[in-house]
Amino acid sequence: MAGQGQDGERTGGEGAHRGVGASVRRKEDARLLAGRGRFIGDMRFPGQLEAAFLRSSLAHARIKAVHIPAHLRGRAFVHADMAGVKDILAKTGLPGFRVSAQPSLANGKVRFVGEPVVMVLAETRALAEDLCEEIEVEYEELPANVDMLRAAKDGALIHEDWPENVFLVSSIEKNFDDSVKNAPIRVTREVRTSRQCMAPLEGKGCIALFDRTVEQLTLWTSTQMPHIVRSGLAECLGLDTRKIRVVAPDVGGGFGWKGLLQPEEVCCAWASLKLDRPVKWLEDRREHLIAAANCREHHYVMTAYADSEGRLLGLEAEAHVDAGAYSVYPFSACLEGAQVVSNLPGPYNLPAYRCRTYSVCSNKPPIVPYRGVARTGVCTAIELMVDAVARAAGIEPYEVRQRNLVRPDQMPFTSITGKDFDMGDYPESLRRAFEMIDHEGIRARQKAGEADGRHIGLGYAVYCEQGAHGTSVYHGWGIPMVPGIESCGARLTPDGTLEVRIGGQSHGQSMETTLAQVACEVLGIDPDLVNVVHGDTAMTPYSTGTWGSRSAVMAGGAVASACERLAGRIARIGAHLLQAPMEAVTVRDAQVIGPQGSVTFKEVAATWYLAPQNLPADIDPDGLDLVAGYRPTVDTGTFSYAAHACVVAVVPETGEVEILDYVIVEDGGVLLNPMVVDGQIYGGTAQGIGTALYEEMVYDGHGQPLASTLADYLLPGAGEMPDVRIAHMETPSPNTRFGQKGIGEGGAIAPPAAIGNAINDALAGLGVEMTVSPMTPRRVREAVEAARAQPSAERQSAEGLAS
Amino acid sequence: MKAARFDYLRPADRAGATVALADGDARPMAGGQSLGPMLNLRLARPGCVVDISRLPELRGFEERPAGILFGAALTHAEFEDGAVPDPTPGFLAQVARGIAYRAVRNRGTIGGSLAHADPAADWPTALAALGAHVHLAGPAGTRELPVEAFILGAFETALVPGEIITGVFVPRRSGQARFGYSKSCRKVGEFAEAMCAVLVDPESGTRRLAIGATEARQVVIADAAAALSNPGGVDDLLRAAGLATDPAAFKLRREIARRAIAALESESMPEGQSA
Repeated sequence: MAGQGQDGERTGGEGAHRGVGASVRRKEDARLLAGRGRFIGDMRFPGQLEAAFLRSSLAHARIKAVHIPAHLRGRAFVHADMAGVKDILAKTGLPGFRVSAQPSLANGKVRFVGEPVVMVLAETRALAEDLCEEIEVEYEELPANVDMLRAAKDGALIHEDWPENVFLVSSIEKNFDDSVKNAPIRVTREVRTSRQCMAPLEGKGCIALFDRTVEQLTLWTSTQMPHIVRSGLAECLGLDTRKIRVVAPDVGGGFGWKGLLQPEEVCCAWASLKLDRPVKWLEDRREHLIAAANCREHHYVMTAYADSEGRLLGLEAEAHVDAGAYSVYPFSACLEGAQVVSNLPGPYNLPAYRCRTYSVCSNKPPIVPYRGVARTGVCTAIELMVDAVARAAGIEPYEVRQRNLVRPDQMPFTSITGKDFDMGDYPESLRRAFEMIDHEGIRARQKAGEADGRHIGLGYAVYCEQGAHGTSVYHGWGIPMVPGIESCGARLTPDGTLEVRIGGQSHGQSMETTLAQVACEVLGIDPDLVNVVHGDTAMTPYSTGTWGSRSAVMAGGAVASACERLAGRIARIGAHLLQAPMEAVTVRDAQVIGPQGSVTFKEVAATWYLAPQNLPADIDPDGLDLVAGYRPTVDTGTFSYAAHACVVAVVPETGEVEILDYVIVEDGGVLLNPMVVDGQIYGGTAQGIGTALYEEMVYDGHGQPLASTLADYLLPGAGEMPDVRIAHMETPSPNTRFGQKGIGEGGAIAPPAAIGNAINDALAGLGVEMTVSPMTPRRVREAVEAARAQPSAERQSAEGLAS
Repeated sequence: MKAARFDYLRPADRAGATVALADGDARPMAGGQSLGPMLNLRLARPGCVVDISRLPELRGFEERPAGILFGAALTHAEFEDGAVPDPTPGFLAQVARGIAYRAVRNRGTIGGSLAHADPAADWPTALAALGAHVHLAGPAGTRELPVEAFILGAFETALVPGEIITGVFVPRRSGQARFGYSKSCRKVGEFAEAMCAVLVDPESGTRRLAIGATEARQVVIADAAAALSNPGGVDDLLRAAGLATDPAAFKLRREIARRAIAALESESMPEGQSA
């Protein structure tokens, strides 16, 4: 737990350490901050056409006819025109899973507002939109499934060959014995998290073109997982994979929205082959909000059982996830539901557990795994519950958490759902958050009251975040991809500089910097002399891509493996040049160092490439260009964790909430680059604050989305961000190359829980307890009103004390 | 989405604008901060957009004994930055700096805000409280209306086809004048959910109060003495205006009105002046 890697500690000055643990400045910023990034929106190919999609105006309807004027022939395409193109099928191998066939253009039926019905191509997007207006679609409207609880019971069938609107029911029962129901404390709560959109700065976009020189369909697309898109596209189009190249240029944030194969990508690829012209589609903000990128909509009914000291004895839950109309490729409609079942117990030592989760099909866009995936909803649910238990027990929520968290002496710990918590000190992270937020000071301040009449409240949330899930986690799912051994290509170039090539994609994770630091750590080469090549299937080895907080562990490990292998080959040539035995040389500081001297990488590379006559006859012919693989010693994933604590001020009359203080004590193991980790945490926290207080995609009773611009879909801005204070613990993972853990999603997991608990703490005196996110001013006002209208005796019995 | 096809004209002067706007399918645009998105969403589909943002007659100001006549195409940022004089003790800059975001303030105009007549926008409520008048010019000549008579409802004004706002006259206020302005926004720069502006000028005996962010036109009370003098006055006023049906919304509006009234005492003096 040495405090290596503190920002600034190992940076600055000539010859400073620039490998693992250094806060090296982001290499990619040289182009991105100068406005010189190249995104899909910046790209144009000769002869390019732009696509606009005529999208469904109804949530659920049969298509009776599509009237396309004759002059649009060859410009406007419907499902029947794409004969031979297969539906997108994101199956799972889970028993009982129902497969939804997602056509790239609607086939006889529409299942959500915004589903593509007709693709129209023109020289410009504006013109294509003009042409869309000339097309008329006749619908026969069907009842829309908007509320997941009703949809699962008796809604009009969305996929008509299914018996009910449910993709999958997931359940678990562990040690649950009805005697637990006699526990002294029994608390039941209903928690709901609203549907959200992911809203990366850059929307989705793609350009498809046929490259005759290599006889490949090239899809330039804003994706997090080029190799997976390649496989999915090949399947839909019926092409050999070798016939497709997928390239992600600069990508302006993904958060999960760019971790799937999209119908629009299939359409553009098909049209480019059909017309032999480049075809581009650029998602605009309206399409993003109404037709796509939906996430997070969960509903929970939970009962927690505890002893009078607040120790959890059992948890019982029924959850619904509104998975939308289709199962997305490759993650399926059940990732959220399965994560709810397996993650709801959180970082707690829960003795008994029973949970059933319905992944419901609804007439809304497919739900997509968003940063944190189900864990944000799960953390909100369990952490609001822990506070409810604490209130029922009359004990500080902080103390109840301390009594239930898995302790360091129990590590490595197998949770009640079989999660292998690798290492860490959860109670210590919470204790430090308690100190940093000045718990005692806040409690004293609450007693004194605020001069401005506001109510202040203190809230905590703790979570652990499984990242870098490996084969053993995914193979049982039977979804279209299983992460396995991660590969990296490494090549010493003729001048002795280095290329490393990975199959993931960096779209904000700073991998062009951090992976260069890994190469530096192994070879001693300056990160500035390392190019990290990513996002292009033609140039990189296969990878499932960038998702699930996996790149620091997996790509980081793979780069280290490749550099180690390369070091061996460099050493052999170097040893020969130094006339030293192999055992006597080491590779350090981009040199081969022998007993009597050294040679630089530049000299080694020059020998291999430019003066092979100087190589020994028995040289390893495989040279200075290789691919190597990596997987952690235990592949069930790393478990980073954090405690969040915050103080809010609430005005009951207006419902206004101000975050006065926010602290995070996080353990990501060894940090490859502490500055980058902090950036990830800040960004995730901003999104978590959005979930907590602002973001909500509302639908009316007909399934019409009510937010189609950012005036209606509120995102937190700079003005809403508190000055988040971060402290690091660094418990190295025993299973990864440098002890690093995945932390990419964590910031987005806990804020709704911490802020929600703080708001409830602030308003506890008024008898208010909120359980729906986002906790908007309107919801706060209405909760205050409702509490005032309710007699206090009723309030007390609603507290759920069994005694 | 991309805007549907339209022609774009930028006449050199007001006379040219009047001619261009005689075409019934033409629509004036100043800062374009509301019309721009509506064009892109194809919610507004004029055949011709007449850009009046640079008309010299709309870009200046005229000092008059009773106040200042501001050109309608002055931007929020120009008021915020003090690029134009203020006939009040700093109230216009105070309102301007709370409008949306700086990027919007750089382009959005005072006249455009009034013409758009969003009930939750800042200028309609603030200027109604300040007793401002709107100057209009059209095919039938020029006319003036008080702000509260100009705005007829949500997104609805007295503008007739071919007519534009040329200026806004803001009456001069004494150094003893106080202005309380409060609004509740879900986040910085968002449209308000509740809004109230109050003007008290002992010299002229003025006590005006305006409530915005309703579903309709602003509620303007020309003599708000009752609301200002007793705590229940605001409740009566909101009830009379039909703004008390939803208890949670009523309490929000009441709180915001109380803050605006309280601000008369605490916040309304420009820096460097003492009460």
